[in-house]
Amino acid sequence: MELCDAKNRKILALLEKCARMSSADIAAVVDLEVSEVDARIAELERAGVIRGYKGVIDWEKLDSTKVSAMIELKVTPKAEYGFEEVAAKIASYNEVETVYLVSGAYDLHVVVTGKTFQEVCNFVSRELAVIESVTSTGTLFVMRRYKELDVNLLGDTDDGRGKIFI
Amino acid sequence: MIDYTKVLSSTVVDIKPSGIRKFFDIANTMEDVISLGVGEPDFRTPWQVRQAAIRSLDLGATRYTSNRGLEALRAELSRYVLRKYGVKYDDEEEILVTVGGSEAIDAAIRAVTNLGDEIIIPQPSYVCYEPMVRLAGGTPVIITTKAENDFKLTKEELSAAITDKTKAVILPYPCNPTGAIMEREDIEAIAEVLRGTDIIVISDEIYAELTFGGARHVSVPSVADLRERTVLINGFSKTFAMTGWRLGYACGPREILSQITKIHQFAIMCAPTVSQHAAVEALRNCDAAVERMREEYDDRRRIIVNGFNRLGLTCREPKGAFYAFPSIQSTGMSSEQFCERLLYSKRVAIVPGTAFGDGGEGFVRASYCYSTQHITEALRRIGEFLEEIKRA
Repeated sequence: MELCDAKNRKILALLEKCARMSSADIAAVVDLEVSEVDARIAELERAGVIRGYKGVIDWEKLDSTKVSAMIELKVTPKAEYGFEEVAAKIASYNEVETVYLVSGAYDLHVVVTGKTFQEVCNFVSRELAVIESVTSTGTLFVMRRYKELDVNLLGDTDDGRGKIFI
Repeated sequence: MIDYTKVLSSTVVDIKPSGIRKFFDIANTMEDVISLGVGEPDFRTPWQVRQAAIRSLDLGATRYTSNRGLEALRAELSRYVLRKYGVKYDDEEEILVTVGGSEAIDAAIRAVTNLGDEIIIPQPSYVCYEPMVRLAGGTPVIITTKAENDFKLTKEELSAAITDKTKAVILPYPCNPTGAIMEREDIEAIAEVLRGTDIIVISDEIYAELTFGGARHVSVPSVADLRERTVLINGFSKTFAMTGWRLGYACGPREILSQITKIHQFAIMCAPTVSQHAAVEALRNCDAAVERMREEYDDRRRIIVNGFNRLGLTCREPKGAFYAFPSIQSTGMSSEQFCERLLYSKRVAIVPGTAFGDGGEGFVRASYCYSTQHITEALRRIGEFLEEIKRA
């Protein structure tokens, strides 16, 4: 089995869309035995192609708060290491959900989450902003989430169908 | 006071309302129903098509078009039908843009039917053919297709149904509700039976772009010498997820098309202009969007078919449209009983096969125009239901 054969690509596409899809359903789609699907997924996990499985949760439904902010960081790259060293350091914080190196007006795009606005502020000002190679931070708090990881969070479940049955 | 039973057309009054409708009126009154009932794409119309419609409105293109439809759309349809199905139709005289495939079917039936003419209809199939034939003064002749033939129409069945009153045969493939398709050799066999007769074929190919498992759609007029006797009907609803735009088309020899166009001209005038502008874009630039939707349907198709078979409800592989048509004979219930009990006890709405003709007895139709999570949950509930009736 080639790691990137067509069946594996299809399995990955299905899992990317819904990580909870059962092996039986995946097997039906890719036309393999369930055990073979499980073996392939295990192999893809071992090879580090599948990096994790996450849920898309609307915490607001439970009145729990989760505050997220996107932080635009300007960074002075280091000789030899470039952005790697500082990116690795930032990625090591539990508060940090995402770290991207981006093109444009700033260098690192960091998503930080916390329980409160204050918690996120403190983290940015006391941890991120003081990192030696960080020259500036711009913080954009998320005010409302409409769509995340391809999932519509607007809550309009009625798609308008069912007026005519054919 | 008017006695309404006396003033209404008995032909109309005698037509039974759709069996699907009746069933879902019950479902609609219940909470937490999970439905596999809707035969309508869950996808949105591709954005570039919506954009084209808006652009046409911005430009104020809101007048009638010609009866036959926008010139640009007919030209595009002529290219599309040639490119997809290998049949050439003249955009001036052999193509008519209609209000959905439904109008095209109705007008085609009316254009060929004289009082008492027999129109052959294979069933289980979509619910409109029989009432339309009756409204046109024709006599529907039903052929019940068989599960063991994958619900295809065979030449033996067709030959046996033909009489000297036979005027036309409707070919509803890819088929709602069975998912059956007709492959090239199947259509050739039909051509053999019709050769030398004056029987017209009304080929409803609305699901043409939804065929799966390597089987690509073969259009009836592309086979043998069927073009001269075929009215090809298709539309935008299923292929491009454009149900509410109400746009379809008919193609055929000019001698027939000109008569269909007359009916359309007096009954409808022209199809909605904004939809026609949008459709030009759909035909030009939406192959990739259509393919994405088709692939998604295919995934769901495999999941639902596998799911039914796993539950012990034998389900043949539907090769077209977007319905699974499993047998529920192993439960000993009738289709209606099965669907009704499933609805009341597990709140899953599917359609009894009998809604598509008596030949649908023993089967149920489950649409897979739903997300995989939705389908999986419905299958889980059906599994519970089957366990419960086994124990009872």
